[in-house]
Amino acid sequence: MGLTRREFLKTSVAGATAATVGMSMSETAAAAVKASEAGWQWDKSVCRFCGTGCGIMVATKDDRIVATKGDPAAPVNKGLNCVKGYFNGKINYGQDRLTQPLLRMTDGKFDKKGKFTPISWEQALDIMEEKMRWALKEKGPTGISIFGSGQYTIHEGYAAAKLMKAGFRSNNIDPNARHCMASAVAAFMRTFGIDEPPGNYDDIEHTDTAILWGANMAEMHPILWSRITDRRLTHKPMKVVNLTVYGNMSSDIADLEIIFSPSGDLAIQNYIAREIVKRDVVDWDFVRKHTIFATGVTDIGYGFRPVNAEKFHTAAEMEIVKNEKAHVIDKYEAIAQRRTEGEVVEQKNAANPVRHWHIRFDDFKTALEPYTLDFVAEVAKGDPDESIEDFKAKLQQLADLYCDRNRKIVSYWTMGFNQHQRGTWVNEQCYMNHLLMGRMSKPGDGAFSLTGQPSACGTAREVGTFAHRLPADMVVDIKKHRDMAEKIWKLPENTINPRVGSHYLKIMRDLEDGQILFNWVQVNNPWQNTSNLNHWIKAAREMNNFIVCSDAYPSVSAKVADLVLPAAMINEKWGAYGNAERRTQVWRQQVKPPGQARGDLWMILELSKRFKLKDVWGEQPVPGLKAEGFPDGKLPSVLDAAVKMGYNPEMTLYEVLFATPENKKVKWPDRIAKGRGNHIAELLGDGWFPEKALFEEYRQFGVGKAHDLAPFDVYHDDKVRGLKWPVVRRGNRWVETGWRFNEQYDPYVTKGAGFEFYGDFAKAIPTGNLDGVTDPKPVPLPGKAKIFFWPYVSPVEKPDANYDMWLCTGRVLEHWHSGTMTRRVPELHRAVPAAVCWIHPKDAEAKGLKRNDLVWVESRRGKIKVRLETGGRNKMPRGMVYVPWFDEGVLINKVTLDATCPISKETDFKKCSVKVYKA
Amino acid sequence: MTEANVSRRDFLVKMAQGAALAGTGGLLWDHLLRQEARAHPYALRPPGALAEKDFNTACIKCGQCVIDCPPLILKLAPAGADLPIGTPYFVPRTGACIMCPDIPCMKACPTGALSPELQRIEDARMGLAVIDIENCLSWKGLRCEICHRECPLKGKAITLETHPRQISKHAMFVPLVHSDACTGCGICEKACPTTEAAIRILPHKLVQGKIGDHYRLGWTFETEITQDFKPAPEAPAPAPGKQDKPGGLDYLNMGDL
Repeated sequence: MGLTRREFLKTSVAGATAATVGMSMSETAAAAVKASEAGWQWDKSVCRFCGTGCGIMVATKDDRIVATKGDPAAPVNKGLNCVKGYFNGKINYGQDRLTQPLLRMTDGKFDKKGKFTPISWEQALDIMEEKMRWALKEKGPTGISIFGSGQYTIHEGYAAAKLMKAGFRSNNIDPNARHCMASAVAAFMRTFGIDEPPGNYDDIEHTDTAILWGANMAEMHPILWSRITDRRLTHKPMKVVNLTVYGNMSSDIADLEIIFSPSGDLAIQNYIAREIVKRDVVDWDFVRKHTIFATGVTDIGYGFRPVNAEKFHTAAEMEIVKNEKAHVIDKYEAIAQRRTEGEVVEQKNAANPVRHWHIRFDDFKTALEPYTLDFVAEVAKGDPDESIEDFKAKLQQLADLYCDRNRKIVSYWTMGFNQHQRGTWVNEQCYMNHLLMGRMSKPGDGAFSLTGQPSACGTAREVGTFAHRLPADMVVDIKKHRDMAEKIWKLPENTINPRVGSHYLKIMRDLEDGQILFNWVQVNNPWQNTSNLNHWIKAAREMNNFIVCSDAYPSVSAKVADLVLPAAMINEKWGAYGNAERRTQVWRQQVKPPGQARGDLWMILELSKRFKLKDVWGEQPVPGLKAEGFPDGKLPSVLDAAVKMGYNPEMTLYEVLFATPENKKVKWPDRIAKGRGNHIAELLGDGWFPEKALFEEYRQFGVGKAHDLAPFDVYHDDKVRGLKWPVVRRGNRWVETGWRFNEQYDPYVTKGAGFEFYGDFAKAIPTGNLDGVTDPKPVPLPGKAKIFFWPYVSPVEKPDANYDMWLCTGRVLEHWHSGTMTRRVPELHRAVPAAVCWIHPKDAEAKGLKRNDLVWVESRRGKIKVRLETGGRNKMPRGMVYVPWFDEGVLINKVTLDATCPISKETDFKKCSVKVYKA
Repeated sequence: MTEANVSRRDFLVKMAQGAALAGTGGLLWDHLLRQEARAHPYALRPPGALAEKDFNTACIKCGQCVIDCPPLILKLAPAGADLPIGTPYFVPRTGACIMCPDIPCMKACPTGALSPELQRIEDARMGLAVIDIENCLSWKGLRCEICHRECPLKGKAITLETHPRQISKHAMFVPLVHSDACTGCGICEKACPTTEAAIRILPHKLVQGKIGDHYRLGWTFETEITQDFKPAPEAPAPAPGKQDKPGGLDYLNMGDL
């Protein structure tokens, strides 16, 4: 190309500088930059990592990704990336990329105790089919399961859910998003009747206050944090509050840092509500028109194994797990719940924790009464070295902000709220304080749940890859919802199993007690990301079951599995993600997957060819099934009805569910590809474009239901950088929705209503008071949101003489989740090679430990060895340690507690008790 | 002076040394040690090391510090390297000092070349971090700041300064190094994710400027508060000049106008 290296460097610098300051480059310099990138092909894509959803541009040459850049046209990130995003171009090229199916074998035959041996795809699918048939024969549809993902593309999640729910009639598919935002989902559904945040990221540029509740945005949502920081720097009234259980990077620009005790947030929220009521600043006009007050059952347990606990837990574990049956009220709970200290409360509603009812405002006010400043400060102060007066002053400042009618406020939260033994409640308490002040669905005013994964919203939630869900917020245990899904999917009536399947942790428990015999891991790492891991590792390796793990790299879950399938990564397949602000974004296949790696969608479709209607649509046993229109414990045969609909029992699930006559009309190749390939369509070889066909089919669920998506091709338009649903057609334009429930922005709000919380889930509830239901007749509440009262509940496991420290787990900016991708990027690995255990220097000193020492972190459940850190990015209060979970060499989830929010079934990874001692 | 020039000069010196050695007919260890025992401007020494020249004199090349370094990052300079042979050094990019609180390398030193006067590892001054702001991702606006987060003295040795980016609503987070706290451990250089590290450790002498003694910064109050016009102590009589000619005379008398 005739440029020396020296000249090249010069022109690159010139190019970069010119772009930054916005001046025009000389034509020759521009030509030189262009020449050095000759043959590069750029296309739009999305960052592979967190839920922020930054747009990136990908350059390819000779079937290889040669560069990426932040997409300057992307409204989320405007050309920027965090340091993980900076390495998007390298994650596909780790040296130990899986490229061939591997099966545990001895002497050429499958052997659970054998060594991984390369096999062909044909052999891999053979053994999968064989083991699935065995599991279905032994246990019926509940004997099989899928661990799905918030990192599935929309197409993958849709196909996986459809195969399980419509094909195998099993609801045992649940995503890692269960660990991530299930509590947010439950609270959205129960409060508004519909899922996902009403607002969007532009709230940042409209607000006066960002209040962080258990969200270290500085590290976990770096690009959004730069927007909040910019607002803080450029908008004088802007205040930032960081509520957290330990000092973190988000405190650096915060005006107010509040270190609270684990679960203390439940009390603080009630203190704020009490202040709002006491200071008489309730927005009564909004509250009367758009809300009702509610509360519900509180004796709901802690999400531990509900039956046979003694059989599977050690005596040490049982010290905590026994609370699932009965809990002894402590001194704080006594005040907070209007009970007496030492009272034994049977957890009678553990099996049905969702019941709630309408109460009067007077009841609500009475319930808040115990949450005085003095009481809440005592319960919630998290730093033993802070004075109670200082802490009280901070709580008052916080209340002052929330009570200031002239102030716009957005509350943000992530895992601190969601991974919480009362995660659903604490989410709902946040809405309580926003709804009381009418601070909802307005630019700069709202409560915003940030997601951790790139398509937790787009796939896990919107597609519904949960054990209880169907697309577009529908659920399997409501007849009307099943009817609609069966209509769109062209299934006979009662094909879909009405019994909610096993949630993520329950799939693990079902593997442990032999109820599930077959499991398929897709796009996630369950044997690293699930709490109390020792149980599940043993279950996988020692029970008679078959575990398949699809992954791009050899993860812990792959090591635990029996069959490992090499998966294609982002940009090696067509895909779509939905970010935390309801923005659906897409990419094309940019390069071919390496070796024999294949897209997960291809694996799902190939497996579906192996099963015929007659194998799965006959009568099936489902233990415990009890639903109107179904015989007890059984799914009826729908084969006769299927024949009447024109199906033949010999047809495969591939023909009936995926390559339908309708879908096959969507042809590959397609102009929208602009010459790029599609390894899945090409391997299938039957002329259809599965990603586009499935997306268009999936769209039917949301259209007209306030979940509207635009057609596939609209998202692929060069000018579009994702669209926030509902996306509604106006003339020739597809218009996105910025703020839902607000008449000004949301086409679904009735004209003249102003605001309307139109979701229809759980919108008819009984009436009662703080002690229970007084009138069981459900009263409909169309268009209204619920303001819930929930009491403070202490963490189920608290530090004691033996296990004297709190353990909190989480992430670091440099690594994504379990590190399978980021730890393959040498630069990121070098930057943060291993997890460390953050501890207060005085705690270290008291235990005779010092920085860099190797220590054991041990709980009732397990122990791990880790290096100690007394400085750096996290400032621990005395009495608490923090260990991130990205490092498979430090499997901290062997130590964590498998307590969940009983409503959302999301695990609390943020609090359990441990001891720390020298290794 | 560029690095290339230095290594070229060193190369020439070594060529000369090699020629001299060849001329004397063999490897003269003592001669070689003395030759190399000059101060070397680029060496990054273990914590507590004396000033470079004194260090080279005091260090007996025993290797005890290398043996006692827990992460094994210390090396001994081999013959023909850029450093005085046998002396300990470290290369942050591949092995940074992890700042052990009990400073085992210093404790192992039998001669005080690694001075026992160093009581706290935070007071070590092995070098100083320097940022190449043209190639630092954070200075470009990306959310990197790995150096800041990984810095064992985060918030003291490296701080972040935030300012609006102007071209979008995303603030910049710009890392800055503070010499009063930076120990030169090199964890930042090791962790820097750019292909060539955009933050590097260099000996202080090569990096730090110095403001003239004749001037004090007017906006800090570290020196005496100037508003308090105390009476001056009795001024000493001016020393008698030693000039043999009145100053300026030569110039005034030189040449034509």
